[in-house]
Amino acid sequence: MTDATHPTAASGARPRRRAASPARSEPAKRAQFDRPLLPWAFLAPQLLVVCIFFYWPSVQAITSSFYLEDPFGFGSTFVGLDNYKDALGSAEYQRIAGFTALFTVLVTGFSMGLGLLFAVKADKVIRGRSSYRTALISVYAIAPPVAGLMGMMLFDQHIGPFVKLAAWFGYDMKVGINYNDTAFAMILVSVWKQVPYNFIFFLSGLQGIPASVREAAVIDCRNGFTRFRTAILPLLAPTAFFLLIINITYALFDTFAVIDVMVKDKPANNPVTLVYKVYNDGFRGNDIGGSAAQSVILMVVVLVLTLIQFRWLERRVHYG
Amino acid sequence: MMNRATPFDHLILILATLFMVLPVAVAIMTSTHTAVDIHSNGLSLAPGGHGVETYTTVLTKQGGFTGQVTGLRMMMNSLILGIGFAVGKIVLSMLAAYALVYFRFRFATAMFWVIFTTLLLPLEVRIMPSYQVMSDLKLLNTYTGLIVPLLASATGTFYFRQFFKSVPDELLEAARIDGAGPFKFLIDVLIPLSRTMMAAIFVIMFVYGWNQYLWPMLMTTEERFFTLMRGIKQILQVWIGSQIPDYNEAFALAILALAPPVLVVVVFQRWFIKGLTESDK
Amino acid sequence: MARIDIRNVSKTYPGAATPSVADIDLAIADGEFIVLVGPSGCGKSTLLRMVAGLEDITGGEVSIGGRVVNKVDPAERDIAMVFQNYALYPHMTVRENMAYGLKNRKTPKTEIEARVAEAARMLELGPYLDRKPRGLSGGQRQRVAMGRAVVRQPAAFLFDEPLSNLDAKLRVSMRGEIRRLQRRLGTTSLYVTHDQLEAMTLADRLVVLNAGRIEQVGAPLDIYHRPASTFVASFIGSPAMNLLDAEADGARLRIGQNVIQAGAGFAHRGPVTLGIRAEDLHPAATGLPFRTDLVEELGAQRLVHGFIDGQALVLALDPSVPVRDEMFLTVAPERLHLFDTAGGKRIGTTDVRAVHARVPA
Repeated sequence: MTDATHPTAASGARPRRRAASPARSEPAKRAQFDRPLLPWAFLAPQLLVVCIFFYWPSVQAITSSFYLEDPFGFGSTFVGLDNYKDALGSAEYQRIAGFTALFTVLVTGFSMGLGLLFAVKADKVIRGRSSYRTALISVYAIAPPVAGLMGMMLFDQHIGPFVKLAAWFGYDMKVGINYNDTAFAMILVSVWKQVPYNFIFFLSGLQGIPASVREAAVIDCRNGFTRFRTAILPLLAPTAFFLLIINITYALFDTFAVIDVMVKDKPANNPVTLVYKVYNDGFRGNDIGGSAAQSVILMVVVLVLTLIQFRWLERRVHYG
Repeated sequence: MMNRATPFDHLILILATLFMVLPVAVAIMTSTHTAVDIHSNGLSLAPGGHGVETYTTVLTKQGGFTGQVTGLRMMMNSLILGIGFAVGKIVLSMLAAYALVYFRFRFATAMFWVIFTTLLLPLEVRIMPSYQVMSDLKLLNTYTGLIVPLLASATGTFYFRQFFKSVPDELLEAARIDGAGPFKFLIDVLIPLSRTMMAAIFVIMFVYGWNQYLWPMLMTTEERFFTLMRGIKQILQVWIGSQIPDYNEAFALAILALAPPVLVVVVFQRWFIKGLTESDK
Repeated sequence: MARIDIRNVSKTYPGAATPSVADIDLAIADGEFIVLVGPSGCGKSTLLRMVAGLEDITGGEVSIGGRVVNKVDPAERDIAMVFQNYALYPHMTVRENMAYGLKNRKTPKTEIEARVAEAARMLELGPYLDRKPRGLSGGQRQRVAMGRAVVRQPAAFLFDEPLSNLDAKLRVSMRGEIRRLQRRLGTTSLYVTHDQLEAMTLADRLVVLNAGRIEQVGAPLDIYHRPASTFVASFIGSPAMNLLDAEADGARLRIGQNVIQAGAGFAHRGPVTLGIRAEDLHPAATGLPFRTDLVEELGAQRLVHGFIDGQALVLALDPSVPVRDEMFLTVAPERLHLFDTAGGKRIGTTDVRAVHARVPA
């Protein structure tokens, strides 16, 4: 859903190199055209779209976060940081922020862990490799709301096999009503949806390790697990770090649709994440300023993550 | 001798495959049963024989409040969004990347930053003001409003820029010696060279556009602009409070919504993976 | 230190019609430096990798130090390998790279330190021990790869085209270094290369492979002076040996209109392939008529390309010898190599030792 995820994925894969010197006017092409106006013509459409649909709203988000907007549209009052104080100070916000953090940790951890496990196994087998790969990546293309809908079915009160399974163990599972049950279902669906993405990148990372380095490791280390831990896993660190950021962004933003579908418009006693609250306060609650302030807080989180990503990639995990 | 796969490896992979694919298989199979059947017997892994009716209904029944929207219509809209977004993305970002990589001009670095800053902030965090802007521009309930704002990110530009930078300098030098100007070089050399790249970006962007949820939900209040994702929201809303929900139709809708992007990804797997991951080679 | 015995070893990849390596028999003595040489795809790397345990052996057996290792894990074979692209662990420092294999074998810490220090001294890697491979030049990485093998003190070194990624000048100096190191340590070595010059200069014994089979085994000079087939003749030596179509009639050899005398005791009739090294041809007052086409000046010598009776050949002449457009050439009968035209196998019995004796220097 977000601009950040797949795209940064896309982009994110690249910053590995870009990170080293995004603006440090990288060695430009030796040969370039020298036309003063033509490049502007080529840039114009993109710049136009970016300015109207990115910068304008972003600036507005920041401005309106300092104002208290009259819900009936009769002007607005400058309130300084009040919106931020209100947001950060409210018990509800803190509760939701807490859940968001937990949700993010679990979704990131499980989807990366499973993605890595499956990738290691898929990298190892030869027979049936492409069938496994196809099966494991196909779910990537499923939209989060569709994933949410399928999750609803699997956890449906009447027909859901998970509910029946739980009942068999004597547990009365009520997704959509019980807070913990809903949280569990949301996390499971979100993980399911994200595993293929991690799988693709880990597999490609594994296949990017030179065969001779693996062979050298085979000669140097007998124990398969030790070998993986000491010689292979460190080489996946750049991939893993890149994925860590992507997965956090995914859990924070892209899961909106999953959550929106699964709480069925009844967020009251169900777990939701911060981005859902931004949407809910803004569009349902008409609290423009409060919603904007929350947006800006999230923007800062994303910015920090992205900056860490760039710096870290530059410093630590880049094995030329 | 080395790295030989054991049955245990296959076991893990088979479980993984089941974990990923089983829900989809269940959805497909269950969608061919009647709602009553599903209600009393639960989900199913065997075909039910009512598939044709269900899918015909979902595709052609005039649904919604105004009776304007059919499954077919929603599918069309999803297709327009997916293809329009992918094509728009490719055109815009290719041109911008061309300008950034192949031209020497003032403020080139500044422009680079103006465009690439968009990578930092996802749409969700600026959704309210974006909506406001769209409504000010009278673009609500238009295809333009649906597609163009989604183009406001640098992802594609990033891909193309990186790709262009990997094209050997000698190519431009040779083309110039052969008398090619900026347009000729773009059309005769760069675009043909970028074909695989474009295909990969197309696949990724099509999936991304088709799967959009929040933005279409806000942009389109008129049902004739509804996409399949919007339809899913709709069907769930109807669901609440009904005695026997139309499980079969919900599943069928889900299948219709997931089939095209899944097929595209599976069929163009190699391009897709290449486009997604090939970055530092 | 150990001997390596390769007995009837074959490798057939699943689904392949023909074996990639067929019935290789080779006994390598303790401390010997064996070079496997051949064009790409001849199976030399596959053979090496079977000894290393990186490829399954589909037929025959390999034993290292008297122990059959067909089913032994690569890490347990007591071998060390140097790879073409060095295969250094990019996340480890030079020191860690060298220590890694020892650490996994539970070598005591002090022992590891001592061995790494010794290898670093030998290979002049001292100043780089705490650097990561990416901070090293190609030659330095190559040394680290060597160091990683040396510290292990294995029964055998296996080299898989270790110098191919270096530039020409560095390759020559590293070549010498590898040879000196191997002499000093006395470790049995198996070395794969496609470069015949590298093979000649390094080997105690050379194994020339072609299409998965051994074409010839022998000391470099024996192979140079007595190639067993036209394949070996054209592969070993630069410029490649001239191969001419000729007609044998006892000791008389006819090349087109021209007749020369083969060594005594040669009694073959019918078409043969005549091999002559470029340096064995000399201008003279009479002999084979040669038409000059192109002269390449190499400084120390001069390569003259031209034709005898329409067949191309090359002479290597001293720069002091004048080159004319038309010349007559002679060649000593004992310097002629004769090969069966159909199979390319050597025929005739020119005595190698006799040849050696007459080689000045």
